[in-house]
Amino acid sequence: MLGEAEPHWLSEEVKTGTTIIAIEFNGGVVLGSDSRVSAGASVVNRVMNKLSPLHDKIYCALSGSAADAQTIAEMVNYQLDVHSMEIGEDPQVRSAANLVRNISYKYKEELSAHLIVAGWDRRAGGQVFATLNGLLTRQPFAVGGSGSSYVYGFVDAEYRKGMSKEDCQQFVVNTLSLAMNRDGSSGGVAYLVSIDEHCTEEKVILGNDLPTFFDQ
Amino acid sequence: MALSTVLETPGAGFNFDNAARNAALEGLFEGGQTPKPLKTGTTIAGVVFKDGVVLGADTRATSSEVVADKMCAKIHYISPNIYCCGAGTAADTEKTTDLLSSNLTIFSLNSGRNPRVVMAVNILQDMLYRYHGQIGANLILGGVDCTGNHLYTVGPYGDVDKVPYLAMGSGDLAALGILEDGFKHDLELEKAKELVRAAIHAGIMSDLGSGNNIDICVITRQGVDYIRPYQESVYKDDRKMKYKYRPGTTAVLTEKVVPLKLEVVQETVQKMETA
Repeated sequence: MLGEAEPHWLSEEVKTGTTIIAIEFNGGVVLGSDSRVSAGASVVNRVMNKLSPLHDKIYCALSGSAADAQTIAEMVNYQLDVHSMEIGEDPQVRSAANLVRNISYKYKEELSAHLIVAGWDRRAGGQVFATLNGLLTRQPFAVGGSGSSYVYGFVDAEYRKGMSKEDCQQFVVNTLSLAMNRDGSSGGVAYLVSIDEHCTEEKVILGNDLPTFFDQ
Repeated sequence: MALSTVLETPGAGFNFDNAARNAALEGLFEGGQTPKPLKTGTTIAGVVFKDGVVLGADTRATSSEVVADKMCAKIHYISPNIYCCGAGTAADTEKTTDLLSSNLTIFSLNSGRNPRVVMAVNILQDMLYRYHGQIGANLILGGVDCTGNHLYTVGPYGDVDKVPYLAMGSGDLAALGILEDGFKHDLELEKAKELVRAAIHAGIMSDLGSGNNIDICVITRQGVDYIRPYQESVYKDDRKMKYKYRPGTTAVLTEKVVPLKLEVVQETVQKMETA
């Protein structure tokens, strides 16, 4: 009668079917993410902040398996702390991205998470790195997660060089809103983190404050 | 000599120790049905309120379609200020929470203070991640410490979420509906208890794997109130465990008394030192 009493989503791996984006501007970076965590068809957490701090001015955006991504972020946070104490100054964004890349590459078969690393440092200003599957590449902007497929056209068409911080924030919010509307695994609220030389600012944009497009 | 003063630092990397054993055990059954682990098809919920945390759980443990335990305790003690509800495989939740509780007791004895909820969560996350989902434990941890009132959930693969209200188990969708509708920040104690009770009740009504009574555990700075059961099911079990009857219930027809003659064979006296 009951058979397997437990619904399959309880033993299924929890994924952050996601939209994440990071973009560099002159003097810093802006990171954005949605907030939906799903296990199969069930939403486990509708307010998860997928932008995780690795250091004061370096953040990473999580996607893929929730457990794997959280664990990688925590490991790199610890390794960066040690590293920055050893060199006696704030770490470079490239170092953080390298640490993430090393873990992703070494455990490529076992892990299924993609982290986008972005931040600001003294030497090279704002930088965005993609670390998918163990590669390391610096890009002016990067999108990731299941929702990113729906917005590649938008970001490619709308990105311009030399945008200001406010333009970048608007760009990120528009991208997230479009992706969240089309991707079933993305949704909830939008989290934004803006990092520059002077401050690191975290912001939440609630669902009904997101920009709307033609069909809403 | 074994050192009992240190928290066990687990080995690094993934742990697939039991995978070979499991495969060998399955081989023993030669394609037949392997015994299914006892799962607590469950509804558990937690809510952070003004003065602390309220945890709630149903009390049914099922083994496929049979109710194995009608009064199962799903709210486990971790430390004087932290309790944990467990859903999933019953043995896994029991053992995991026991292990956590022992380790945190050692920590408390060493440091002279109650552990923080975030410490318990980190230890759990480390352990569950290392076993890569093979430990089927879905846990809701709630507690009060010097930094405030906290509620966390840890999944079997080791993912952690920190939220003000939660439900887990097979009845979680029904319970979550009630929580989403009724939750407000800084609820009063009675409202919070009623909200959790209603959430578990919804799980019991809508899910076959949840049922029987409702347990509630209230944790505040002042202490813990573990109310078991908070609400009893109307379908009570009247079977008594002891069957002791009054002399005379069965009619006595004849009585025969035979005195036993005892003979003293040997007598020794041993003085006891009671100084």
